[in-house]
Amino acid sequence: MQKQAIFQSKLLPYALVAPQLAIVLIFFYWPALQALIQSFLLQDAFGLSSSFVWFDNYLELFRERAYFEAIVRTFFFSFAIAVSSLSFALLLAVMADKPLRGSLLYRTLLIWPYAVAPPVVGVLWIFMLHPSLGVLSRYLRALGIDWNPLLDGDQAAALIILAAAWKQISYNFLFFLAGLQSIPRSVLEAAAIDGARPMRRFWTVTFPLLSPTIFFLLVVNIVYAFFDTFGIIDTMTRGGPGKSTETLVYKVYSDGLLGGNLGSSAAQSVILMIMVIVLTGIQFRFVERKVTY
Amino acid sequence: MVEEEGFRRYVAHVILWIGIAIVAFPVYIAIVASTQDNALIANGQMSLLPGGHFFETYYQTIFVGTSGSTREPVGNMMLNSLITALLIAVGKIAISIISAYAIVYFRFPFRMPIFWLIFITLMLPVEVRIYPTYKIVADLHMLDSYAGLSLPLIASATATLLFRQFFMTVPDELLEASRIDGAGPLRFFWDTLLPLSRTNMAALFVILFILGWNQYLWPLLITTRDDMQTIQIGIRKMITTTDALTEWPIVMATAVLAMLPPVFVVVVMQKLFVRGLVETEK
Repeated sequence: MQKQAIFQSKLLPYALVAPQLAIVLIFFYWPALQALIQSFLLQDAFGLSSSFVWFDNYLELFRERAYFEAIVRTFFFSFAIAVSSLSFALLLAVMADKPLRGSLLYRTLLIWPYAVAPPVVGVLWIFMLHPSLGVLSRYLRALGIDWNPLLDGDQAAALIILAAAWKQISYNFLFFLAGLQSIPRSVLEAAAIDGARPMRRFWTVTFPLLSPTIFFLLVVNIVYAFFDTFGIIDTMTRGGPGKSTETLVYKVYSDGLLGGNLGSSAAQSVILMIMVIVLTGIQFRFVERKVTY
Repeated sequence: MVEEEGFRRYVAHVILWIGIAIVAFPVYIAIVASTQDNALIANGQMSLLPGGHFFETYYQTIFVGTSGSTREPVGNMMLNSLITALLIAVGKIAISIISAYAIVYFRFPFRMPIFWLIFITLMLPVEVRIYPTYKIVADLHMLDSYAGLSLPLIASATATLLFRQFFMTVPDELLEASRIDGAGPLRFFWDTLLPLSRTNMAALFVILFILGWNQYLWPLLITTRDDMQTIQIGIRKMITTTDALTEWPIVMATAVLAMLPPVFVVVVMQKLFVRGLVETEK
């Protein structure tokens, strides 16, 4: 699609794209290229010389047990965060979609956590569930649970998933509500006339019609779990205890912080890039489908 | 209309209020904790009702900071966050709207390659190019500066796409009319296109402001000086590894202050926020 009415100018368009182009080249492509080149090089201990080693950095990475575990953990976190947050948000959206008094107030009271920054989410949750001073930890202990997420890896993982899912409820709720409101009332009425009970109406009519929204949100939530949980993890557990809450992004960060292997850190970045490209690709394919729907 | 029985409606109200309570509980605890005495909290004796230290804690948080070694008034951190967020939001909108204008209203060599170059940055979030980007910013002497905090994040494929889509829907007659009036390309942009884009810009601004205010990984890497910290970084440094030294009421007051501006924006400009969120996801 192109505009018919346009301006003629040789230099002006370049001047207009120049600022964005400069930033994109300097801060996006140049570093990405550096990471790509670096991932094929092996540097000596003093960083004085480097040699081309083909895929050695990648092969070594995949032989590393910690990296393999980080991949599995990241996917598990993504799945757990997406499923718990989506199902809770869907329940709330279905309730808020009913013609209730005060539905706008409900929406307002449910969407604001979107604006809370991940590190703050981390701080809020670690405070509530802190082993020695958390308000909720008292009750967990009263229930006979030996609660200490600072020492127990599984509990730490549960805490991260809980906090990350909490933050994402509002986003999912908003998109579910929009999805529900776009379902034609006549379809639901037809099902009602056919004698379908509300529960049955939901599973046979609403849920299938909502599947594009669900799929879209699934991808968005996975991207969120991959990248935006960094702040939550960093303020709550810093990847610990041990490495039990270290995701792929957190591993790139902490490996580089220790000033370790440049080639390995670059290879990790490149693998993440590929994952983003795949996820974005899926997202766009879907959006195209939705447009032509 | 599909009939909803009274009982089902009642259930819906109850479920929604439970949802709201779950969503609000962590923040309620933060507010309560920020008004209580540190010793009480450190002993695990925190009350679930507000205490009497509200003014004292918030005064110390905003103007003095923690009593530890990284003492830095949170007021200053908020100012840093505000400047960074505004630079990011305004910068992204400004450079995106002019590049979208060039791409839609001009024909020039490399037009589509340039468009794709901008578009593909969607797939290069800062998380996948952490250290090389850090190195460039360090080489440009932009560590610990507002330029370093904002410039590397200021490109926006989403905003460019959004403005491009919007410009495509602007009728051609407008351009022809303003050409008859003798207006050149810059005049047309300033007098016709910008006023038409006002709602889109506002919706985008709301989303980008929240995004900028909530930045974490990038400022964490490039700020080393305490007086350049944003509030998100400051709060992390307040939690000391030796728990006994953490001043929880101040930490919680900082958390509340960190939430306040973006949450305020969402609640007050809800319409623009929802619009912006939906538009940027397309």
